[in-house]
Amino acid sequence: MSEKMDGFDLSPNSNSDNEEEGVHVLAVDDSLVDRKVIERLLKISSCKVTAVDSGWRALKLLGLLDEEDKSSSSSSSSAGFDVLKVDLIITDYCMPGMTGYELLKKIKESTTFREIPVVIMSSENVVARIDRCLEEGAEDFIVKPVKLSDVKRIRDYMASREVRSVQNQEERSSSNINKRKLQECFDLSLSSSPPSISSSSSSSSSSSSSSLSYPSRSPSLTPSPPSLFSSSAPCSPSSLDSPTRRLKMTGFD
Amino acid sequence: MLGWGVDRLRADMNRLLAMLFHQGVLDEQFLQLQQLEDESSPNFVSEVVNIYFHESEKLLRNLRGLLMDREFSDYKKMGTHLNQLMGSSSSIGAKRVRNVCVAFRASSEQNSRPGCLRALELLEHEYCYLKNKLHELFQVRPLLTFPNTFQNSDLFASRFGFSLVYIVTSDVKLRCADGSTESTGSWSDLRFVTMESV
Repeated sequence: MSEKMDGFDLSPNSNSDNEEEGVHVLAVDDSLVDRKVIERLLKISSCKVTAVDSGWRALKLLGLLDEEDKSSSSSSSSAGFDVLKVDLIITDYCMPGMTGYELLKKIKESTTFREIPVVIMSSENVVARIDRCLEEGAEDFIVKPVKLSDVKRIRDYMASREVRSVQNQEERSSSNINKRKLQECFDLSLSSSPPSISSSSSSSSSSSSSSLSYPSRSPSLTPSPPSLFSSSAPCSPSSLDSPTRRLKMTGFD
Repeated sequence: MLGWGVDRLRADMNRLLAMLFHQGVLDEQFLQLQQLEDESSPNFVSEVVNIYFHESEKLLRNLRGLLMDREFSDYKKMGTHLNQLMGSSSSIGAKRVRNVCVAFRASSEQNSRPGCLRALELLEHEYCYLKNKLHELFQVRPLLTFPNTFQNSDLFASRFGFSLVYIVTSDVKLRCADGSTESTGSWSDLRFVTMESV
């Protein structure tokens, strides 16, 4: 694999090849019309989609129901052979049986699945409902009808998550990089955006300070400094611009 | 006969769409659905709309069934049906149907049976109007969007009395009533040489 000079692919262990490929979304909605629409919106945005009609079925597909039934506390490895691996869950709020909120709670309570971002959709623009969902850990709240711009926003967010996750991996494997390469990168950084390398060794021969917090490079990233120096494994999920989305006018009534 | 062509049909369709927008029957969500169509999914809008019709008619039947019962009292159940109809109507851009649902729901929350009956009548009327107009629209629309797909071409030709001989990329050959074939060269150049009622 050729090494790119932007810093993201210096480590041969980088799997940034899979960055934008196959975001798998689990869509949950009891309305067939809405399922068809959300499925199309996601597919046209290059996502892989699995659409189900209830929270119960969603949990079953994820393998969460089996997890609860286990009497012995086994590890958090995947439960069965037909367990789905998803990158994002998007669910309707108002559903018979299990509401989207209850589904959200179950997912956030699960050690295996709570890192999966959950987006709630609702035709009702009720602030209390929105707040409740966000407090429970929902990544975003979309007022229906869902539009392409809503899906694009989520897609961009997922892409930025991938980038940050790769950056964290880079940080962890940065000790593999020899100093000569570091030097090369810092030289290049004068003309282009600085590479996202953290210098774990303090004796860098580079003249540049290694403790700078580099601004995010990609325009699609949310404007917060990348978590280069944080040691927490999952990248801190910066929330989408939810406050502005909440108050989206539906134009009805 | 000459000069009919695709342009006229396109103009008809646009006129109809514009009218529906002007009347508030459809809103921008319908346009959003149109944007989701492409060669891989050329009939997306009509597929979704057909599902909508199917689901809505079931819900309308349920609503009528509930209200026709003299001992009806389950307003909560009615509210559930209404919410479903409201949601799917909004998802396809059926603005007027959705708005009537909102008013209907208000009557339901007031437990007013006469209010609900009136709202149901209005809802059924609006729904019928929408269905008729969308059927009209779909007669023309898919043919104009992807005229090179075989299915649509077939329909297109048969509507105007031709049986389709074959299509080679954008080259269309039509067989006329007298057995002769007419090649149009491209869909945009389509001319109707003879008309024979289908």
